[in-house]
Amino acid sequence: MARSVKKGPFIDDFVQKAVDRIRQSGNRPPAIKTWSRRSTISPDMVGLTFGVHNGKRHIPVYVTENMVGHKLGEFSPTRTFKGHSGTKAEKSSKPAR
Amino acid sequence: MARVVGVDLPVNKRVEIGLTYIYGIGRSRSNSILREAQISPNTRVRDLDEAQLGRIRSVIEGQGDVEGDLRKRVQMDIKRLMDIGCYRGLRHRRGLPARGQRTHTNARTRKGPRRATVAKKKAPGKK
Repeated sequence: MARSVKKGPFIDDFVQKAVDRIRQSGNRPPAIKTWSRRSTISPDMVGLTFGVHNGKRHIPVYVTENMVGHKLGEFSPTRTFKGHSGTKAEKSSKPAR
Repeated sequence: MARVVGVDLPVNKRVEIGLTYIYGIGRSRSNSILREAQISPNTRVRDLDEAQLGRIRSVIEGQGDVEGDLRKRVQMDIKRLMDIGCYRGLRHRRGLPARGQRTHTNARTRKGPRRATVAKKKAPGKK
């Protein structure tokens, strides 16, 4: 079930603060490192780069307009699938992301 | 022969059912269209006169996408997911279920017919 509109989108406070700080000061770090995969991407994050933790490292995510409304975690895959033993490289020829 | 929004022409059935041959129209939308056009769902498609067909067409047009436009929109939505590189998009690229279903077993609709498993014991030599 979808989240109630009444509550508005969920964004962790510290993420919102970091975004505001960068918006105001103008200087942007290479990436805002965050563990908050659960935060919704809001319109004022467009153009920023986040380092979204996937459990192991921070995956750089450049936020575009299309991503608004998704969660940060959706762009930072937590699983690596290396293929099954014995299967030939038919799958791995695809660009993995 | 009744032609509504482009291609569809089901006859001999009740309009309520006939309209569901259009992509994007199911039983409930079909009924709401007929209610708005003030046509009984029980009339046969062949018994509709031009005026009634015209009303059906205009109601459908007023309600939004069906057929080609709807298909296009769905495709665009999926394409968007793939382009932004989110998890659902990755699943679409791989042809796997996108909503967290199990893939250990089942998921055959997305994965297609079973592929033959490689003979297990012989595999190392073959590689």
